[in-house]
Amino acid sequence: MTNHWIDIRHSDCILIMGSNAAENHPISFKWVTRAKEKGAKLISVDPRFTRTSSKADFYAPLRSGTDIAFLGGMINYILENQKYYRDYLVTHTNAPYLVNEGFGFDDGLFSGYDSASRKYDKATWAMQTDEAGVVKKDASLDDPRCVLQLLRQHYSRYTLELVSSITGTPVEDLRTVYEMFSSTGGPEKAGTIMYALGWTQHTVGTQIIRTMAIIQLLLGNIGVCGGGVNALRGEPNVQGSTDMCVLYHILPGYLRAPWADAPDLKSYIAQVTPKTKEPNSANWWQNYSKYIVSLLKSWYGEAATPENDFCYQHVPKLDTGQNRSIMNFFDDMYAGKIKGFICLAQNPACHVPNANKTRAALAKLDWLVHANIFDNETASFWHGPGVDSKKVKTEVFLLPSAAFMEKDGSLTNSGRWVHWRYKASVPPGDGMPIGDMLYRLVNKLKALYKKEGGAYPAPILDLSWEYGDGKGNLDAMSVAKAVNGYFLKDVSAGGKDFKKGQNVPSFAMLRDDGSTSAGNWLYTGMVTPDGKNLAQRRGKSDPTGLGLYPEWSWCWPVNRRVLYNRASVDAQGQPINPNKPLLTWTGDKWVGDVPDGAWPPLADQEKTMRAFIMKPHGVASIFGPGLAEGPFPEHYEPVEGPLAQNPMSGQRINPVVKLFKDPIDVYAPADPRFPVVCTTYTATEHWCSGAISRWMPWLTEAMPQVYLEMSHELAEQKGIKNGDKVRIASARGQLDAVAMVTVRLRPFKVQGQEVHQVGMTFNYGWRHPKDAGDSANLLTPTVGDANTMAPEYKAFMVSVSKA
Amino acid sequence: MSKITRREFMAATGMLAGGLALSSLGVPLGAVQAYAGELSKAERVKMAQTFISTCDFCSVSCGLLISSDAKTKKVINIEGDPEHPINEGALCAKGASIFQESTNNPDRLKKVLYRAPYSTKWETKTWDWALDTIAKRIKAVRDKDFMTTNAKGQVVNRLESIAHIGSSKMDNEECWLVSAMLRSLGLVNIDHQARV
Repeated sequence: MTNHWIDIRHSDCILIMGSNAAENHPISFKWVTRAKEKGAKLISVDPRFTRTSSKADFYAPLRSGTDIAFLGGMINYILENQKYYRDYLVTHTNAPYLVNEGFGFDDGLFSGYDSASRKYDKATWAMQTDEAGVVKKDASLDDPRCVLQLLRQHYSRYTLELVSSITGTPVEDLRTVYEMFSSTGGPEKAGTIMYALGWTQHTVGTQIIRTMAIIQLLLGNIGVCGGGVNALRGEPNVQGSTDMCVLYHILPGYLRAPWADAPDLKSYIAQVTPKTKEPNSANWWQNYSKYIVSLLKSWYGEAATPENDFCYQHVPKLDTGQNRSIMNFFDDMYAGKIKGFICLAQNPACHVPNANKTRAALAKLDWLVHANIFDNETASFWHGPGVDSKKVKTEVFLLPSAAFMEKDGSLTNSGRWVHWRYKASVPPGDGMPIGDMLYRLVNKLKALYKKEGGAYPAPILDLSWEYGDGKGNLDAMSVAKAVNGYFLKDVSAGGKDFKKGQNVPSFAMLRDDGSTSAGNWLYTGMVTPDGKNLAQRRGKSDPTGLGLYPEWSWCWPVNRRVLYNRASVDAQGQPINPNKPLLTWTGDKWVGDVPDGAWPPLADQEKTMRAFIMKPHGVASIFGPGLAEGPFPEHYEPVEGPLAQNPMSGQRINPVVKLFKDPIDVYAPADPRFPVVCTTYTATEHWCSGAISRWMPWLTEAMPQVYLEMSHELAEQKGIKNGDKVRIASARGQLDAVAMVTVRLRPFKVQGQEVHQVGMTFNYGWRHPKDAGDSANLLTPTVGDANTMAPEYKAFMVSVSKA
Repeated sequence: MSKITRREFMAATGMLAGGLALSSLGVPLGAVQAYAGELSKAERVKMAQTFISTCDFCSVSCGLLISSDAKTKKVINIEGDPEHPINEGALCAKGASIFQESTNNPDRLKKVLYRAPYSTKWETKTWDWALDTIAKRIKAVRDKDFMTTNAKGQVVNRLESIAHIGSSKMDNEECWLVSAMLRSLGLVNIDHQARV
């Protein structure tokens, strides 16, 4: 979230799309309700009429997987009806930038596409620059090559009628949503978006979110109270686990994992550090070298020296552009190329697409290490349905883990607030926190490599691992300090003197000369120089009256509660909306939230810096060349959708998406055998694959088994009654569920045809409870977003019949 | 003690040390002053400590107060933290059921379990055996398959035949440790819940 949970109360119009917040983030709805009590409007857009929809001022249906068409129509509406906030666009975005003459778009493809490699050469997706390298601009926004005019041209194709024929949303409903949300354009009002996995889990997921980001920029809704682009993250610490980068492609603090074509630290830093010639751009990522060197110092301690590139070679290198995300490595596992699998508190046998493939892949491993608090379908895959245990070679280690209340440690919520949780209990039997398992395991590996040697032992032997409590257990606080970072010698920084060993108070003080160590620069500042853990704070002061609670817990970065908050003030630093004064310049300093940098406001042209400090040019990207599909989002059909052709262009699906080739990964678009659109979601009473919640009797009693929601119209066609057992099949698998015949789903009118959609819960598995049904992922395809490889769980094709 | 408010007390200690899990018994958990007044009732209940926490399901981070028996450490009660500015004491169906994630749930895993190749059953093992064996398995694969260079001859120092999926159920500190461990082993097959 650019903003935070309590901030939702400041919104004038809340769009909930790609999320069912009332059921899946129920307490977030407290703040939606507070906004509504003050007169805010709530819009719900969803294929299904959910409990969120039931609380909305307006509900509009759309067919799963057509969000870009829906939102693209909104961009067109905003531009054609002059609903945009012109001053904001000129000051804070690249709308006035002039784009390279070679850039173009034709029939669903941007310039530079290579159909053989299914990739783009992005050379033309660039800006025009002058001799000094500064981008050419037209502040009048009239130049036909300026970003705003190209945007207008691109989305002029997204007419109400065409959008409606794709999404199945009635034209009048589209117009109403567009009018309601675009009313937040301008200085007085703020609109927010609450989205979740209903947006990310598509082959065009990242571009859906970018479409919304463009809308928020057009309306001037980013960096202000009650605005922002707010991802409602699904799991308790998915923000923190992402910040710590338990991900193949990034290192802690979102530092790109090194590629093999950067043979040394210098060339790595040259590759990853963005450059700009723009005046007044902080280009914060120019500090990259300080963060990577401080990270390497935290990992490899005294072994990391300037002479050896701070042990840069200890970090594994990907081949250029290599993708090792989960569907790719499960594909390798299925092909027998993976020998060992370490699975910590996850249940891939249920939560990875095409579960038949996933479960077969587990049987090809030599060994599986799994840690969890309950048994699940992954740990027990070797005695699952249809599996002959005597033929499964895989060795399985099932490690009993501590639950969250049985250990100390911190987690980070969706609004980036870090809370420290205290050990209140002890695990049952021999249970142990996963942190303790890791602590012990690495110590054993170190001992083995020290004694026996082996392949490249240095990274293991050099790894700093002094995180014990002196009694053989992990001390979480000592890890928190390493993550925060500390000075490695006595230094003067920020006008103060610090001693060697003292914690670094701000990432602005990190260095690239080896004099600081920090495990994750974003978390620098959580532990103060005198050792106080700010994530433990419970102060309720609220000086702005806006519910920022700056002394409650701690949030990254540097306790800033609303990102890009300097976009909320005018050139003199005064709040554009005086009723929500997030920041105010007093003449020599900022008061309010922690500003995005202490520089004076824009009127001080000598010393100021623009608001979007993480972007190289200091402005937000309406034209965004970073993504794989193109600088403007374009509608493509889901890989498995009901239409044989894309009504927008000759490109049916995302042209750069990866299609898996093994025969088990079959796709069946526009196939009469599978005519019904299906989507998946969670019930309030369950969590993810249900691996925890299915073992909790209160929850299982409330929501006992897998069900399929379907319209009365489809039920009648198929002779199905509410409560009947039905069989759902895709090209990859099938499962049975209880039919829930409901008015919450209605057939769509798409391209003049009636298209049915159904939806089902993904919370179940065969292991427990008995007869609850199995995973919806037996049906889903192995295919993902072209940027993130988040699977397309939300739109695929099935058949439905009475079982 | 009588002058300190409950909030100040919690801010000062980070937890409600020596508090009582009274609310589940129908006694208002209004102020710590109640502690002294309710001592006679307290003799009939277990001595509890109450700890500050947040919920472990979605990412709202609703505040929890977790009370456990001071002697056995067994959880007695979990409820929403009324002082927490986000949830103001409220919990959803899952959060209100999170007591059943504690040791009170008889289905929690209690022993290290091992399933041998081609076996039809679990065997109980010790931690030392399990972690020693896992360390040996990792080392054997790593020593055999570690790639110093790629097809182009570029230095890569990586291992492609072990994969990991980690978790958003793990604390920040645990996530940071696993990130450091996996990179030091040379793993590139690294993923977690953020993607799936």
